Amino acid sequence: MPEFQEKASLLHREVIAADIFRLTLHAPEISGTAHPGQFVMLQINDGRDPLLRRPFSIHQVNAGGNMQILFKVVGRGTAQLAGVLPGHHIDCIGPLGRGFALEQRDRLCLVGGGMGIAPLYFLARRLLQTGRMVEKDFVLLGARNRAELSIFVDEFSELGYTVQTATDDGSMGHHGFVTELLDPILPVMKRVYTCGPFAMMKICADKALAVDVACQVSLETHMACGLGACLGCAVTGADGGYLHVCRQGPVFDAREVAWTR
Amino acid sequence: MDTLNDKNIDLRVRLGTLSLRNPVMTASGTFGYAGEFSQLVNLHRLGAVVVKGISLKPRPGNPPPRVVETACGMLNAIGLENVGLQGFLERKMEFLRGINSRVIVNILGDSVLEYGELAQQLTGVDGIDALEVNISCPNVKKGGVAFGTDPSMAAEVTRAVKERTDLPVIVKLSPNVTDITVMARAVEEAGADAVSLINTLIGMAIDTTSRRPRLANVIGGLSGPAIKPVALRMVWQTARAVSIPVIGIGGIATTEDALEFLIAGATAIQVGTANFYQPRSSESIIDGLTAYLQNRGESSIRSIIGTLQTEGD
Repeated sequence: MPEFQEKASLLHREVIAADIFRLTLHAPEISGTAHPGQFVMLQINDGRDPLLRRPFSIHQVNAGGNMQILFKVVGRGTAQLAGVLPGHHIDCIGPLGRGFALEQRDRLCLVGGGMGIAPLYFLARRLLQTGRMVEKDFVLLGARNRAELSIFVDEFSELGYTVQTATDDGSMGHHGFVTELLDPILPVMKRVYTCGPFAMMKICADKALAVDVACQVSLETHMACGLGACLGCAVTGADGGYLHVCRQGPVFDAREVAWTR
Repeated sequence: MDTLNDKNIDLRVRLGTLSLRNPVMTASGTFGYAGEFSQLVNLHRLGAVVVKGISLKPRPGNPPPRVVETACGMLNAIGLENVGLQGFLERKMEFLRGINSRVIVNILGDSVLEYGELAQQLTGVDGIDALEVNISCPNVKKGGVAFGTDPSMAAEVTRAVKERTDLPVIVKLSPNVTDITVMARAVEEAGADAVSLINTLIGMAIDTTSRRPRLANVIGGLSGPAIKPVALRMVWQTARAVSIPVIGIGGIATTEDALEFLIAGATAIQVGTANFYQPRSSESIIDGLTAYLQNRGESSIRSIIGTLQTEGD
């Protein structure tokens, strides 16, 4: 699969919530070849703090060569990235890794928690482009509160998906875990796609596998290169061996992963 | 850049019987088996590629988390994960034969016997230009570190490898010793054709919330720009202590970094951690060395090596 390194100009910076940002970057080579579930490695600055690039799932791409990433400020790297203003350039490497398999059959369920929503929107758009009737497909979104969720509810709904929500504080939709929304609909689903906190994906995987529904998960881990060289992104596989998130993932079949941590 | 002028610039260096078109290599463990970078880096321009360390049998590596970023650097405890000798020969050599750069195979073993066996089996394989003997990885309890910190053991490994190969043998030294020149002299006397240094410095990092180490292995190897001054000092000391060529490694990311090592006495350099965050570092250093010589009206990189001026010299 093709990979590129390009200096992407930052076109647009949206503040989604207090600590959540969405950046639109002009990266024609990466966005032209990206598949949902793949990621990019961004160099936050040209200095040495932070030294390493940071991985971000691709949130969406458009035909004009633009790409979006969505992130929450969690440390020094994301804090600096949040401060980059439109007009500046960000060095990007991508698209990297293996993305989601596009299911042909009816009845899919996308389960996103927090920033795990990011790659699912790209997936939702690409699934729509395959010509499927997405009204029968569910999108379950979870976050801390309404402020972190409402924009995404609108965006997935506009695509035609049936959207349900859960919040930690009950300010929008179900008051509780997003995975609890899965129970009534899971028996009729053909496939579950999930991205979010490890504990959330574990519950999704357990529920889906218990009723023999295929489940793809997108894992997140620290990595130095994203290219398969540092071997730092190992996670434990179901067989006790190690999986490398950057090249073998970040998307895995839920059965490949050891769900203990 | 003027290509006519480029032709007058001579970046060639020699490590014993191994000639390189330029002194810039990629360090073992930071460049995979080269194919990982084929779409981002022109692999045909490098002085040499040093592949990920190979053991007789495949190794799974350490439990995660394996890497953590630190100030101007990173700690790793990968644990020598590699495809093993057979996997390397069957799945990686074909690609490596196709690149127009020297290929150096880094080898590691649990015993002197294993080092010898690896050397023998890799000798005569088409496309392999030299061996780099890893006696310095800090992450495996058995083997590595004992050979890397005991001069007589290091010499014994060097002799075992030299006896079983006619390839040039580079011994990669650990900085985690009191006096690295003692190690360098020991492997020189045992027949090493060159030494490369430094490998990572042992370090650690702690998550203060959980009060747990950030690496599952607790300790790991520190690399990146943070270690460059230490590496440079050790290269300078070693270059004065031995008569075989010294290859400088440690936080090299820019032309300026590379030049410092060459001036300190390194005949060649390896780019390591920088490959992770800027895959084209090696290429830009090659361009930068050419420009440096042009700007100074010099024609050969060899006229730079070991030219450090200190008071009283």
